Amino acid sequence: MTRSTYREAIRLALATALEADSRVLLMGEDVGRYGGAYAVSKGLLERFGPERIRDTPLSESGFLGAGIGAALGGLRPIVEIMTVNFSLLALDQVVNNAATLRHMSGGQLGVPLVVRMATGGGRQLAAQHSHSLEGWYAHVPGIKVLAPATVQDAHDMLLAALADADPVFIFEHQLLYPTEGDLDPARGPATIGQALVRREGSDVSLVTYGGSLGKALAASDELAQAGISAEVLELRTLRPLDVEAIEATVTKTHRLVIIDEGWKTGSFSAEIAALVAERVFYELDAPIARVCSAEVPIPYAKHLEDAALPQVPAIVVAAKELLGRG
Amino acid sequence: MIATRARALALLEQMFLIRRLEEKCAEVYSAGKIRGFLHLYIGEEAVAVGAMAALDAADNVVATYREHGHALARGLTPTAVMAEMYGKATGCSRGRGGSMHLFSTPHRFFGGHAIVGGGLPVAVGLALADSMLGREGVTACFFGDGAVDEGEFHESLNLAALWRLPVLFVCENNLYAMGTALERHESVTDLCVKPRAYGIPAENVDGMDLFAVEAATAHAVSEVRRHRSPFFLEAKTYRFRAHSMYDAEAYRSREEVAEWAQKHDPIDLAVAELTRRGLIDGAEPAAIDLRVRAAVERACEEADAAPLEPVGDLLRDVLAPEVG
Amino acid sequence: MAEFVMPSLGSDMTAGTLVLWRVAPGQVVKRGDIIAEVDTDKGVIEVEVFVSGRIEKLLVGEGTHVPVGTALAVIAEEGDPRPQPPPAAPRAAAPPEAEPAPARSLHSPTAGAPMRQRISPSARRMARELGVDFSHLAGTGPGGAITRDDVKRAAAVEPPAEADARTRMRQAIARAMTRSNREIPHYYVAHRMSFSAALEFLERTNADRIPAERLVYGALLIRAVALALCDFPELNARWENDALVMSPGIHVGMAISLRDGGLVVPAILDADRLSLDQTMGALRDRVERARRGQLRASELSQGTVTVTSLGERGVESVAGVIYPPQTALVGFGTPALRPWVVDGQVVAKPVLGMTLAGDHRASNGHRGAAFLNALEKLLSQPREL
Repeated sequence: MTRSTYREAIRLALATALEADSRVLLMGEDVGRYGGAYAVSKGLLERFGPERIRDTPLSESGFLGAGIGAALGGLRPIVEIMTVNFSLLALDQVVNNAATLRHMSGGQLGVPLVVRMATGGGRQLAAQHSHSLEGWYAHVPGIKVLAPATVQDAHDMLLAALADADPVFIFEHQLLYPTEGDLDPARGPATIGQALVRREGSDVSLVTYGGSLGKALAASDELAQAGISAEVLELRTLRPLDVEAIEATVTKTHRLVIIDEGWKTGSFSAEIAALVAERVFYELDAPIARVCSAEVPIPYAKHLEDAALPQVPAIVVAAKELLGRG
Repeated sequence: MIATRARALALLEQMFLIRRLEEKCAEVYSAGKIRGFLHLYIGEEAVAVGAMAALDAADNVVATYREHGHALARGLTPTAVMAEMYGKATGCSRGRGGSMHLFSTPHRFFGGHAIVGGGLPVAVGLALADSMLGREGVTACFFGDGAVDEGEFHESLNLAALWRLPVLFVCENNLYAMGTALERHESVTDLCVKPRAYGIPAENVDGMDLFAVEAATAHAVSEVRRHRSPFFLEAKTYRFRAHSMYDAEAYRSREEVAEWAQKHDPIDLAVAELTRRGLIDGAEPAAIDLRVRAAVERACEEADAAPLEPVGDLLRDVLAPEVG
Repeated sequence: MAEFVMPSLGSDMTAGTLVLWRVAPGQVVKRGDIIAEVDTDKGVIEVEVFVSGRIEKLLVGEGTHVPVGTALAVIAEEGDPRPQPPPAAPRAAAPPEAEPAPARSLHSPTAGAPMRQRISPSARRMARELGVDFSHLAGTGPGGAITRDDVKRAAAVEPPAEADARTRMRQAIARAMTRSNREIPHYYVAHRMSFSAALEFLERTNADRIPAERLVYGALLIRAVALALCDFPELNARWENDALVMSPGIHVGMAISLRDGGLVVPAILDADRLSLDQTMGALRDRVERARRGQLRASELSQGTVTVTSLGERGVESVAGVIYPPQTALVGFGTPALRPWVVDGQVVAKPVLGMTLAGDHRASNGHRGAAFLNALEKLLSQPREL
């Protein structure tokens, strides 16, 4: 067990994978000489060379599609897209190719591709660099969507993605890169599709993922001081979704607050709410509450950005309201 | 150069097979046996047949939604193709793809892509894999003139050139992007200018001439193999049928279509050339045609009789089967 | 702008149903006006307003069950600097906020039409399983919705039979009394006194009065208690958060048993400042309105001490249970002829038994005894009352 940043944990997993399997390569904008826009791949070019730490032109559709083709051809490519916002330029390749080829070919093809990208707001990067669109990706069958929130998961989920036979998209919240935590590099690949209870509680469930986990835990601390025992369930994987874990926590606490940095309308939080209404409606002891981003392109100014994103006080208020203590 | 009589007759037979199978498609489509979009290749057969003749079994093929000809020329059986269009379990994509999405990994036939331009990045990636894994294969990527308008075309050419990847880009320029004529969708209609801007050698060829296409492709493939870098081949061709099954053809005149069909039918041209060379006698084309028609009939009967995928298997092949 | 909120009409009241609006938007009200009626565990209660102004907006529809503290109406107070918009006009947009605003309540009932009773899906299922009729349950969840806990409580307290208003009142009493016995360390001091002077005073006073204006001895007891408390503030207080808080006024709550078995304790506000006749008027008014179920909010929640008299029941004394968070309860028995020693002679006299139940956290027996002595002194000189 060592201390590591989220960024270093990904780098370690990358290095481990590159070391272990000569078919693995990392490609993306500025992953090589620059060291990665978020410094994740710093130092890897020197160790593994420009063939396997491959700088790409600014052609998201081109190089993500090339990643698909390379995976079809027998490589295990890891494609880094600088941020989720840029990934929209490659959405055709994601939705029309990566997600469809196995099915459209009647099971003949498989696309063992890993795509990593930064997501989320909070760094005053304004509306073209701050959005949380992982919920959109989770809409698409044929791909897997991971959102590691801890240092351990940042490492273990990358290994899991590389071991997977299907396209796996990893969303790394940009505020997490410098965060520190314990890392056991020998724990092995994470289980895709498994949510984890990060804190046990009995009065209300805070269900969240990715960059909002820390906020949910902070809210649970605050609620504890008010005598409210909040359970925090971290989804970890948006697709496939651990529906049973969601059912279990709602069955336990009977109250649900969903925290999702995506916009509320048509969001992933809406999916969870709908699932709960479909499957464990009779366990609910209060309406479902959602804390999401405001319906606005994320603004630049700090106070406005803070107001647009989910924050701890809003989570606390939402949870209290469900307990009739609003 | 097509060296032997046997080989020449085999290619002619492929062209006949494509022609007759697609005519049958139109017939059974009208009878409701085939549904969805159905893009016929009739008129363009020489491109697929000529180009495939220059490829090896280890090479990769990426095609478009007008790919029946490519699939058949690559060696997929008429039954596998027809059953796919019938939506049957025995189809080459087990009924999940249909006319636009024919796949066959044994033939290294990677589809069947119905987003214009979407197959090009995939072809680049296949070539990247061959390149990094030290394999000799070439990836032949077919697309139409409409794809040249797409950003993915330019991104892919740039990538292939930058990374020196063994991709053969084959542009089937049939003069129309669906219903928009070349001069109405391209600011510069000489398509070879574009790859050259990326440093990719480019040639064009008469796509109605089987032997010219075969020769040009053989040259292009040898250049790709020799330099392990991309090559661009433009085949000038013409489709005799509508964009998809039926359209009003308001974008071109009947006279234009009739003139192409009369003067440039690739099968007529190939028969004439083979006759001129003395590689074929007068009765042989009819015999080939008869044999091919029978094969198509048989394919239809087999497709008709084949089972449907059980609905219980609907969710199969979305993801890899769970292991262990 | 002021908010008119669902009042707490008792220490155990957590929610109530707005039964009737007596006012409409645009109407001018003044402090003390009754503007709504609220159904609680203790019956329908008239609720008064504590500001003067104009009703701006009604936020909660009739028939809505909401938690205590829920805003029911918005009132533009007199002297509000902003010009009054016409009642139906849309409200001006809120100014932009720099700080992240706390999330607006998701679950506030909307104004307007009465809403169906709210009960969570889980609570509904549980009620069905436990055979609890939730149609009259008070909800403690968001928007006053009935929750699993509400159903569990109901299942524990009541038989699965239908919970009528009477049962609910008994439940409320049960909760208050249980809490009192659990939390308040009671002590009791008792005393007996000759009540002949008081009865003679009443007889003389009532002789030339029409029945409607006659005094009853209960008025003397309340008046005497109020005056005696002036010197015993710790008995007219609240025990809150481990501290004694003196009450600023002497509001004597009088326990009134209802014919259906219920019990209410309306307060006579500032009883120490009322004349005997005023006290009598207040007493009569409380009893009548209690029986009609028309008591006011402040009367139920603002008592600072309780007087219970079982005079009509022929008992000698009553040692009562303090009504939390009060610190004292004074109980009176029936004045009855008993042997009494006057100047060494045993004579028959009307004797009154009185008992003080005191909260030992607030006072001790010595002070309690002194209080009863003061009470005796006051009641022995009824003309001074």
